Amino acid sequence: MNFNPVLIVPELYFLALVLVLLVQALGPRDWHPHVERWIPYGAGLGFMVTMTAYHAHGSMFWDVYKLDMMSQFFKIVIAFGFFVAVVNATRQPTLEEGKRSDYFMLLGFSALGLMMLSSAVELITVYLALELASYSLYAVIPLRSRDKGAAEAAIKYILFGAVATALALYGLSYIMAVQHTTYISELVSKPWHFADAPMAVVGLSLFLAGMFYKLALFPFHFWCPDVYQGASNETAAYVATLPKMGAVVVLVRLAAFLKPGLEITSILAVLGAASMTFGNLSALAQTDLKRILGFSSVAHAGYIMVGLVSGSAEGLAAAAFYAMSYLIMNLLVFWVVSRIAVDGRNLRLADLNGLHKRAPALAFALAAGAFALVGLPPTIGFIGKFFLITSAWDHGYNWLVITLVVNSALAIYYYLSIVRHAYTEDATQEAGPEPDKGPFSIAGAGLLAGAVLVVGMIPAPLFNFAVKAGESLLQ
Amino acid sequence: MDFGYPVLTLLIFFPLVAACGLFFIRAPQVVRTYTMAASLIELLLAIPTLGFQFNADFQFVERIPWVAKWGLEYYLAVDGISILMVWLSLVVLPLCVMCSWTYIGKRVKEFHFCLLFMTAACVGVFCAMDFVLFYVFWEAMLIPMYLLIAVWGGDDRKYASIKFFLYTLAGSTLLLAAIVAFRISGGTFAIPELMTQTFGFRFQFWAFLAMALAFAIKVPMFPFHTWLPAAHVQAPAAGSVILAAVLLKMGTYGFLRFCLPLTPAASEYFAPMMIAISIASILYGGAIALGQSDIKKLIAYSSVAHMGFVTLGIFLFNMRGVQGALFQMLNHGIITGALFMMIGCVYERSHSREISHNMGMGKYMPGFMAFWGLYALASFGFPGTNGFVGEMLVFVGAFKHAIWLGMAIVPGALLGAAYMFRVSLKMAWGVPGTAKGWKDLNAREYMYLIVPAVFVLYIGLNPAIFFKVIDPSVQKLLKDFDSRRQIVQVETVQPLETAARNLDSVLAARQ
Repeated sequence: MNFNPVLIVPELYFLALVLVLLVQALGPRDWHPHVERWIPYGAGLGFMVTMTAYHAHGSMFWDVYKLDMMSQFFKIVIAFGFFVAVVNATRQPTLEEGKRSDYFMLLGFSALGLMMLSSAVELITVYLALELASYSLYAVIPLRSRDKGAAEAAIKYILFGAVATALALYGLSYIMAVQHTTYISELVSKPWHFADAPMAVVGLSLFLAGMFYKLALFPFHFWCPDVYQGASNETAAYVATLPKMGAVVVLVRLAAFLKPGLEITSILAVLGAASMTFGNLSALAQTDLKRILGFSSVAHAGYIMVGLVSGSAEGLAAAAFYAMSYLIMNLLVFWVVSRIAVDGRNLRLADLNGLHKRAPALAFALAAGAFALVGLPPTIGFIGKFFLITSAWDHGYNWLVITLVVNSALAIYYYLSIVRHAYTEDATQEAGPEPDKGPFSIAGAGLLAGAVLVVGMIPAPLFNFAVKAGESLLQ
Repeated sequence: MDFGYPVLTLLIFFPLVAACGLFFIRAPQVVRTYTMAASLIELLLAIPTLGFQFNADFQFVERIPWVAKWGLEYYLAVDGISILMVWLSLVVLPLCVMCSWTYIGKRVKEFHFCLLFMTAACVGVFCAMDFVLFYVFWEAMLIPMYLLIAVWGGDDRKYASIKFFLYTLAGSTLLLAAIVAFRISGGTFAIPELMTQTFGFRFQFWAFLAMALAFAIKVPMFPFHTWLPAAHVQAPAAGSVILAAVLLKMGTYGFLRFCLPLTPAASEYFAPMMIAISIASILYGGAIALGQSDIKKLIAYSSVAHMGFVTLGIFLFNMRGVQGALFQMLNHGIITGALFMMIGCVYERSHSREISHNMGMGKYMPGFMAFWGLYALASFGFPGTNGFVGEMLVFVGAFKHAIWLGMAIVPGALLGAAYMFRVSLKMAWGVPGTAKGWKDLNAREYMYLIVPAVFVLYIGLNPAIFFKVIDPSVQKLLKDFDSRRQIVQVETVQPLETAARNLDSVLAARQ
């Protein structure tokens, strides 16, 4: 067994973080300092540590665990997302006092699982990492005191997750039976035409169900809006962003053998198209902000498919880049949502009325986030979508590109109504408590909005990183 | 030409930087003065562009890689077709600031932020020589315009702003697909380089349709025009001015810059349809304008008619037609911009845009009516005004193309005279209602109304200098168009037939 701890410093750091949190969770309730005091620094340090490992290269544990540009890219994104989500969750109004350490411990566990997922290059390892990332989230969802919806959301999340997992495991057995290996690098050279290996194609389709579930891709998306709605805003911010990264990285790795024209690739393309259309159409009818974001994430999962099916290094890079863009845009919107709902309630569109007067900076950040999700320049959402379209055009999926484009037009309405309520409607009497306008709240929103705009205008450095990652996969 | 500093970049980014400066100002009056100063500095910054050489080259070129991996460039340049539009955008800005001086009372800072942002995006659209950069500016401009209508607009502003946003964005999303398709076929996003390439007819067919939809909505051409009256009526005066003067020109600019050079064969193929739609726009816009009781709506529908002349001129593919179209773009910007500012003056006094509430001003506001008369004459192309030059060129082009075509648009010109006379007569000599108590124009209003008046008369009496600017580029455009439209074989595109042929080849390959 080849083992080099230097290469996996980020994972070890997160493991240590989780253990410290575990100790605090088990310790007496009145331990000082409180977990919220130090966990942002811990998460921030985790991001730094992950950054330093960006060029780690090699494989270990009998080659089931690989460190390459792709895994490091996603680890950095996950560490960043974890940092923001944790900072966002430090002021969580609906979390019981005694469960705070447990809460962050579970989030940390999930992040660790996702990081392992980005390095896993063997299907059973993928499965194990996926479960590690999922189980902790099953426990986090219902941690919203005094809310019956939370329990319902948790049950939905677990049940759907269990079904998806079962399907994935079942599919895995098919793949093993037919292809006699579970290493992705060996699977690449196996036949994936339905005519040559029908069982394997069925197996892979089923295995992908696990990823689709995490990504909330049609038809495994039904949990998504309900869970967002039932979970607290801060938890939803995490569930809506980081697990998607884990799913995308696995899909990106598997995409190495999803050549255009294969049946399995076409299945992905069709699911992508269905996902965008279904997500956008459903979102049009919603008034609960988190449900809108839930259905919008179903649509975005479809967009990511466009990059995956193109079968080129650019396509994989575009998918990775778009996943990162989505993480930043969504964290921005959830940050603002959490700051507006200071009492932890679920926001409806009408609650945003007159936001520009009550909190101009937050309103601006929210508008930036919404316009980014639409895909308007000069935001990160536009440039990400542009990369997706360019990579897929002329690879046999022009119809998918057109579907994406038409769907972007469909999506304008509901994103615009977020901006409309914030900017053009006047506040009603029962607008709820004042939004949090403290320096902490404004700074976070400002930094994330800045990232959305600046990376949108100067995407080259990050995108080049993603392209190198994509190329390293296809070598 | 090299002036030692990037002129165009400065023109685009100075307003943005100035807009950020607004965050540090509180008092509304200071905000106005500051924005005014910024808009004048912006004009000063544009002085080097007066060194424009009278030839068809792309000038003031700036070119640096943006996303090298994808061939994206930060590529700016202007030629005879775009330089006038850039100047128009710059001149309109200070006028907008002045005409909003007392008109805009709430959220003054944000309003001026939107104006400056808007100007940056408009200049960017006309300077961008990279297709994606063009698209970035083209879309970025929607956000401030949406806010201008949605926040400072009239009673029905929400409906109007959403309609505007949905229409224009839905149209331009397909443009994005076309842009990507051009890059895949042509290997570059640089527009001057794409212009030298020839694409197959099938490709041109679809690319033209995708682009033309986006541009036709922006122009707007009948039947994609329905967002325009709503947006114009609801927008504040400055918003209407920018919308009429600059935004609508982006559509026709798109036709000239992209459709004719990049898809010449398809442009020719679709020309009958485009001409028919243009005539429909001219006649329909004029006829509907005649029936309006709301002054602003009337001018909005007249814009549909005037822009119909522009698109008609473009799709005649002859020298006079295209010259006239470009000229009319400039003229319409000046005249309609001025008319919307005047409606703003009226609205500030009467708080109504109904003709019946704004009658009989001749006696009480002679200064106002003098300007209104001048712009009304210019609007329907009275000789001696700039409107005449443009409209006449389009007429000459149309008659040159076919007698029947010339005859077909004559009623359009008559309609123009009819509706302008009707509204002007009522405003000047109708039975005065509340107009009795009104004061004539004040110094500030004179200031911003006199600028377009000077242009109206100067261009009308001495258009030569403007022809010197546009002629070389128009000649080159048409020469390239003529030499390249014949190269590709026109074929009828029938999806079913294509599918059948593809199936055949697949089956053949299997055997």
